[in-house]
Amino acid sequence: MMFRIKPAMLKMAAAAWLLGATGTMAADTTLEFTQWWEPELPAGSLRAIMDDFEAANPGIKVTLVSGPYATTRDQISVGAATGTLSDVVGLDGAWVNNLNAQNALADMSPMMDASGFDKSQVADIIKVDGKAVMFPVASFVYPVFVNLDLAAQAGVTKLPSTRAEFLEAAKKMTHADKNQYGWVLPLSLQTPSGVQNDMMSWVWASGQSMMANGKPALEGKPVVDMLTFVKSLNDAGTISPGIATKTEQEKVEEFVNDRVGMMIDSLAHVNLIRKRNPKLNFDLIPVPVVENYTGKRGLPYASWGIGISAVSKHQEEAWKLVQYLMSEKVNAKLVSLANAFPGNVNAKPDFVTSDKAFGKAFEIFKTGYLANEFTGLPVAEDLMTQFDVQAQKMLAGEQSPEQAAAAAQKGWTAKF
Amino acid sequence: MTRQKRSHHKLKRAVAPYLYLTPSLLIIGLLMLLPMVTVIAYSFQNSAVLRRDPSFAGLKHYQAIFDDPVFWASLWHTLYFTCMSVIFHMTIGMVFALMLNNDRINPTLRNILRVLYILPWLFTAVIIAVIWRLLLEPNGVVNSILMQIGIIGSKVEWFSSPETALHAVTFANIWAGYPLFMVSLLAGLQGIPKDFYEAADIDGAKAYQKLIFITIPQLMPIIISISLLDFIWTMQVFPLIWITTGGGPIYSTEVLSTYTYKLAFSSYNLSQASASAVVILLISLGLTLFYIRYQKAR
Repeated sequence: MMFRIKPAMLKMAAAAWLLGATGTMAADTTLEFTQWWEPELPAGSLRAIMDDFEAANPGIKVTLVSGPYATTRDQISVGAATGTLSDVVGLDGAWVNNLNAQNALADMSPMMDASGFDKSQVADIIKVDGKAVMFPVASFVYPVFVNLDLAAQAGVTKLPSTRAEFLEAAKKMTHADKNQYGWVLPLSLQTPSGVQNDMMSWVWASGQSMMANGKPALEGKPVVDMLTFVKSLNDAGTISPGIATKTEQEKVEEFVNDRVGMMIDSLAHVNLIRKRNPKLNFDLIPVPVVENYTGKRGLPYASWGIGISAVSKHQEEAWKLVQYLMSEKVNAKLVSLANAFPGNVNAKPDFVTSDKAFGKAFEIFKTGYLANEFTGLPVAEDLMTQFDVQAQKMLAGEQSPEQAAAAAQKGWTAKF
Repeated sequence: MTRQKRSHHKLKRAVAPYLYLTPSLLIIGLLMLLPMVTVIAYSFQNSAVLRRDPSFAGLKHYQAIFDDPVFWASLWHTLYFTCMSVIFHMTIGMVFALMLNNDRINPTLRNILRVLYILPWLFTAVIIAVIWRLLLEPNGVVNSILMQIGIIGSKVEWFSSPETALHAVTFANIWAGYPLFMVSLLAGLQGIPKDFYEAADIDGAKAYQKLIFITIPQLMPIIISISLLDFIWTMQVFPLIWITTGGGPIYSTEVLSTYTYKLAFSSYNLSQASASAVVILLISLGLTLFYIRYQKAR
């Protein structure tokens, strides 16, 4: 049996080879996008957004590299060290200083200028050493959750708006004999984010700062006052026991089970709380402030940030993807799926009109400003751990708030 | 056979065993030696892993960890945690093995006890940590029972108090680890010839004398082997401590493994973390050599 190759087929093959060789049939640019968001969003939703991006930008394909938060963090650290970082990377503000020190992140300022990007539409641009390295795409704010039934039983009719009122309310809600406490403070060293979310949030809420001229200022009045306030809550027995090993999940569980009256927590947990205890009657309030403070309130937040690899060969295409995710409509869609607040100030997620609690939180969000001074700091988690240890010593009665602040300042200064 | 052929044949015979060993040597080299050598190399570099062009640091990172009081506290906690765990694993394992080997106990009850006693071995470290966190939390079952029977007057924060945390994690580890001793010693007990005890009975030996002069000497090789292995494994325990206390409160349960982990993944100081890991390696290596020498001597 003989195979005969027709001349037409040969011509087609030759033409295809030539097209390929001359680049006319150039392959699509494939962007790699590493993040931890996909597993935390409804199945297939981030892929659908990427499909829409690909349809709007012919010739660009996006490969999602997804994993849990901690795995992604390690993967990005190693990628930065070995020069194999994905073109586009999901970022936590706590990582950017280290990554910038490794020259792993591209400065997005020239890209913004070249494309005429309207900077006023983004909620924040994270800069390190003058380089724009990250945009927060979605923000998860941390208001105070109040169990209204416990508050009513304790005779707390007006929800606290100052620290003094908070202390009074916490005292009234505490009934240790019934395993019921006014507040919950998770300071586990396993995840020291309690320092950021549950302690420093008191400082930022009053428009204050833990820094001065880019350096730690923990011995200043704002941080010492905050420590003194937390100590007073502890001395009054209003904090649920087990502080030193309590994790954020346990904090939420205690609130869900009517064991604590108030907690500072991520808005992302609203649906979880409702699922775990549909009967729980709770409200959201901003973190209380120091006496007589009337300025704008800093609202602690954690964010899904985005940046571009400095070694990416497709920075132009990568910037298109970043711009796409930061655009008003797409950003609103993404944050609606994530139950987060938008990175684009014009975007309005749909849940704020359909859900009373989210609507209230959105009001708090709009009247305040996003505040998280750990974003961009070197070894942010290590700084939290160091502060955590000193706070634990203070709560154990081994040192005063001033001594705790001074010891933490010494440890932090060594890292700057 | 010519001389040349003979020497060729000799060479083939000499090389053949090494050729058979090559696959396993390659695997050991890739999976064990290479990572080990890499970590040792990192411990002598500045900004290891984080920079593509790390500079030579000499012994700087070793100096840094030896100057750190938290390292010495971690070493002390590791020794306490390990020694107490091994001693109690052995004691509890021995008592339970003797109980399960005792003919005077009803066989059905013995089978039930055998299943019950081995249960902790079936749980992973994460499950064990979660179980003990729930049991020992201030509002947990343990406090409730101890308060009801009047042993404690108020709730104890077992894992959250610097005074009790190290004892609490050690206790949880003892609970989790004794079945290894129990099973090994039970196998050993069943291998001791009955004649020894019959002869002892004829001589009028009491139960404790039989234990001291027959059972324990007969079990000694197993006791030493398992104790050494347990010592090496317990020194490296990480998940149980990490999940229950995270090395806290303050530094009261910081052990070498959590200390190293924090250096690597909290401080991103991978050079110092490598130096700390090398110290753990050297301690483990010393114990392993001791174990190998003991095995050879037998």
